[in-house]
Amino acid sequence: MKLTIPEKEILNPGHLACQGCGAALAMRYALKALGRKTIIVLPACCWTVIDGPFPYSSAGVPLFHTAFETAASCGAGVNAALEVKGKNEVTVLSWAGDGGTMDIGIQALSGAAERGDNLIYVCYDNEAYMNTGIQRSSSTPHGSWTSTTPVKAFKKGPKKNMIEIMAAHKIPYSVSASISHPEDFIAKLQIAKQLKGVKFMQILSPCPAGWKYPSNLTVKIAKLAIETCIFPLYEVKQGRYKVKKPANKKPVSEYLKLQGRFRHLTGEEIDEIQKNTDQVWKELLKKEKVFG
Amino acid sequence: MKKFITGNHAVSFGAKISRAEVIAAYPITPQTEIVEKLSEMVASGELKAKFAKVESEHSALAACIGASAAGCRSFTATSSQGLALMHEMLHWASGARLPIVMANVNRAMAPPWNVWSDQTDSLAQRDTGWIQFYCESNQEIVDTIIQAYRISEKVNLPAMVVLDAFILSHTSEPVDVPEQKKVDRFLPSYDPKYKLDIDQPHAFGGLVNPEWYYEFRYKIACSMEEARGLINEVGKEFGKQFGRNYGLVEKYRSNDADVILVVSGSLSSTAKEAVDRVRKKGRKAGLVRIRAFRPFPKEEIRKLAKKAGVIGVLDRNISFGNEGIFFSEIKSALYSQKRKPLVYGFVVGLGGRDVRCKDIEKMIDSLYKKQGLKKDINWIGLKK
Ligand SMILES: Cc1ncc(C[n+]2csc(CCOP(=O)(O)OP(=O)(O)O)c2C)c(N)n1
Ligand code: SF4
Repeated sequence: MKLTIPEKEILNPGHLACQGCGAALAMRYALKALGRKTIIVLPACCWTVIDGPFPYSSAGVPLFHTAFETAASCGAGVNAALEVKGKNEVTVLSWAGDGGTMDIGIQALSGAAERGDNLIYVCYDNEAYMNTGIQRSSSTPHGSWTSTTPVKAFKKGPKKNMIEIMAAHKIPYSVSASISHPEDFIAKLQIAKQLKGVKFMQILSPCPAGWKYPSNLTVKIAKLAIETCIFPLYEVKQGRYKVKKPANKKPVSEYLKLQGRFRHLTGEEIDEIQKNTDQVWKELLKKEKVFG
Repeated sequence: MKKFITGNHAVSFGAKISRAEVIAAYPITPQTEIVEKLSEMVASGELKAKFAKVESEHSALAACIGASAAGCRSFTATSSQGLALMHEMLHWASGARLPIVMANVNRAMAPPWNVWSDQTDSLAQRDTGWIQFYCESNQEIVDTIIQAYRISEKVNLPAMVVLDAFILSHTSEPVDVPEQKKVDRFLPSYDPKYKLDIDQPHAFGGLVNPEWYYEFRYKIACSMEEARGLINEVGKEFGKQFGRNYGLVEKYRSNDADVILVVSGSLSSTAKEAVDRVRKKGRKAGLVRIRAFRPFPKEEIRKLAKKAGVIGVLDRNISFGNEGIFFSEIKSALYSQKRKPLVYGFVVGLGGRDVRCKDIEKMIDSLYKKQGLKKDINWIGLKK
């Protein structure tokens, strides 16, 4: 049988992720796609813990732990050093959570994108600050409970649309991905590796601890996010849109009902989420039509 | 080669002849010229380096940290608010044991806005694990940058080379810029044993529990102690090769002095003149200039205090709620000594207020008379 995903494991066993952690899967696939000639720059996030305590490391490639808001700027420095030393075959992978990317780290990321630093920047999106105990981030979706948006004052307003923000920087590649679609993710990483500049990838990485669901449902939930179009799978490559359309689009309620963080939502509130999701989906398809 | 250059350009030439490989910096007055000159040097190919034009000081130091971790000699420069914005990354650089060299142009902190000289910016970074040098002249700036790399790369700690806003940064002086070949001999290229290397994958700076963190800090403290000896050693070796000697402190007419001034930075030149003038009047005043503030030259201060009965410390800085920072440090170095001289603190020249020779003469005078002096802070030249 021909395998579509590289068989070789680079991420070592013994990492410290929670059972069913989407972020661990995301890294596992990323390393399979990028190979050993990769250097990871890692800011504060769950992965700081997942990699393992001193003197251990599960990543299997060189990894530099950096401050929360510096995944992009520190990565730019590593890349500058590789350029000076003529090590063109090495990929710099800045790997950060949604908080480290869309909130505190957005300035450095925007700067790197504008300068055209040669990085693959992966934001593993678990839609909250998990490392510090499930606080809302600007990637937390409308309707969600977090420890700073309690049920009575759940998160209002949409997720920050980081793919569009990055695409607006005119970077060569700004894409979404999901741990439920590893082949798609790996293919995108392989494209990213060929392009110069900042390549931005946002991979949906469900978190059983923060989303409040049993740990065996991670892949299923990630898949439903794509099938309901609440987290559309698409790419903006050199300004051109390509959207993955689900064979049969499912209602968002199927996605929401599996997760404790949405348990408090009323039927009306779920209808509203459905309406917003449909609207965004429609806009995205339109963009593909015009800029495809 | 003799050049007539500003302190800022002395920094740029220092970085150039030290063969900095990655430079990342963000403009701020009065540091800007450093970056501009370096951009020119890199653009013209005169300096083979990569210049990362980052979007903030925080990112500048983060980029230097990444580059240094990947095995390149890195350089940055900043001032005041920029240095304050970097604060988190200052700890990161020393904690990660990266020998980055940075020039900081001492400038007052806002508000109110003030671009002139004041040491509070760099002294507020005292406990970040950076070696700190305070320079008196443009010549010393070039020389110190070269030495800073030698020392830093030996002890794996970053170093800050500090110069006064405008007094040095924008004032031209004749400077002997050492020949590249000679500098190359003095400062070999940077090749760290541990770096981000795909052939030897390691994780750097990961989580360390209480079982080990303490030892990591102890090692930084040990390296700072090692730097103490090294600063004198490297300064002497520099003297042999380039004709200009340096150490932790510079003593000026202090051997037989009964009253000693302790100063730092460019203020030292004015204070030396004041010492000369009062000597003419028959007073045995002397001076010690603190060149390395971290590690702190405890022993040197203690030795001096054995002879002098009175010490006056000039601080172009203030730790609110306490006193001048050098003043505190000097007293604490003397506390364990049997014979303790009288120590008085003068806060002077904040935000670029001129400190004139005759002001310092007056201070020396008051130290002799011990009249009208307060035990903690003496504010000099305050408007009513
Ligand atoms: C300057 C700074 N502020 C706050 C923190 C505390 N902190 C560490 S990780 C984290 C949240 C990370 O969230 P995210 O980037 O979404 O990654 P996740 O933990 O969800 O994987 C926070 C707030 C920090 N390390 N540094
Ligand atoms: S809290 Fe969530 S993201 Fe963090 S390790 Fe656990 S499952 Fe993964």
